[in-house]
Amino acid sequence: MALLERMPATRRGRGLALAAAAVLWFAVYQLNEHLWDWVLYNGFGMDPAARVTETIHFFVYDTIKITLLLVLIIFIVTFLRSYMSVERTRALLGGKREGIGNIMAAGLGVVTPFCSCSAVPAFIGFVAAGVPIGVTLSFLIASPMINEIAIGMLLTLFGVKITAVYIGTGLVIAIVAGWILGRLGVQKWVEPFVFETKLRGQPIDPSLGLTFDDRITMGVEEVGTVLRKIWPYLLVGIGLGAVIHGWVPTEFFTTYAGPGSTFGVLIAVGIGIPLYSNAAGIMPLVQALYEKGLPMGTLLAFMMAVVALSLPEMILLRRVLKPQLLAAYVGVVGTGIVIVGYLFNFLLAT
Amino acid sequence: MIIKVLGPGCTNCKNLERVTREAVAELDLDATIEKVEDYAAIAGYGIMSTPALVVDEEVVVYGRVPKVAELRALLAPATA
Repeated sequence: MALLERMPATRRGRGLALAAAAVLWFAVYQLNEHLWDWVLYNGFGMDPAARVTETIHFFVYDTIKITLLLVLIIFIVTFLRSYMSVERTRALLGGKREGIGNIMAAGLGVVTPFCSCSAVPAFIGFVAAGVPIGVTLSFLIASPMINEIAIGMLLTLFGVKITAVYIGTGLVIAIVAGWILGRLGVQKWVEPFVFETKLRGQPIDPSLGLTFDDRITMGVEEVGTVLRKIWPYLLVGIGLGAVIHGWVPTEFFTTYAGPGSTFGVLIAVGIGIPLYSNAAGIMPLVQALYEKGLPMGTLLAFMMAVVALSLPEMILLRRVLKPQLLAAYVGVVGTGIVIVGYLFNFLLAT
Repeated sequence: MIIKVLGPGCTNCKNLERVTREAVAELDLDATIEKVEDYAAIAGYGIMSTPALVVDEEVVVYGRVPKVAELRALLAPATA
């Protein structure tokens, strides 16, 4: 990246550049909060109450806000995650029994940098290291389900409590689902080559030997990579959110799918499972739906269903998991998500 | 020299292949570049984070896509 090549050479210079970037970020973030009111209402003379105005305002404001949040979150998370690696997780989990292994695996699933495309080699590696299948599955479930971008966004948009609920329930689902699947004796449903693969040599740990500068660089690069990859999803999500925000009557969902609704959560999860979006794209939609009265339990379930179970990931996992296990995987995780949805609608309503 | 690009076919793996071909072309190396997508083979190298680059059966890069410049530096000793 041209930006990185222009970085100052001295330690102090780079520190200042980083600080300047942070200040700039804050300034733009604050400006964004109020700028569009002025531009749209004063500049263009639009009526604040009109639906079109509301939609445009939401779209512009949210695009900038979410992009800024993404930049911050991705940078910080990538930096922190550079201290962890799949190789180290594997070493930590090797030989651990189920139960404690599931708990560790779920926790590690959250903090380990992990691309779904590596799911298969990682699975093979874990098995070869003596990590029980159920424990490996806890890791594979927790990793996409408790998404760091979702955490950052939930924190900013909805606060600590909801974020804690998200993380907590995600962990519980990953731990319990992995444990159940392990107990079912699913070895026979794993493709045989997984057990037959001999690992040549020891896996090398990419998290060792990185300097502070390396980590900063990784953070910056990851921001660029992720943004380039997800901006279509982002725009679609924000677009949908904007339309809902402007055109759906307030309290619409309370009437049809409120906390007491029987099928709300089931429908939400049913829609969420086949959908594929990244966490950032889903967030504006979640925000807008919440405004219109959809209860938080249903929303969390929807979000989890979208990010935890995705068609691309299922296709990848099919290489190592036979159809029965894959079906069990979707079934157990899906059921867990539905339970969480109903539970929290109930808890948060009382 | 046999260079293998390990990866199941996601964008990162394709990028690594592209960067590798660029570096090899720039260095004018006499090397064959193979794409390995078979998981059993990939795991056989001890790789758990794709994409990865294997040169003459030794793993030189794993878990990320390096810049062309970095790859050139890595492959250059082979021309000697």
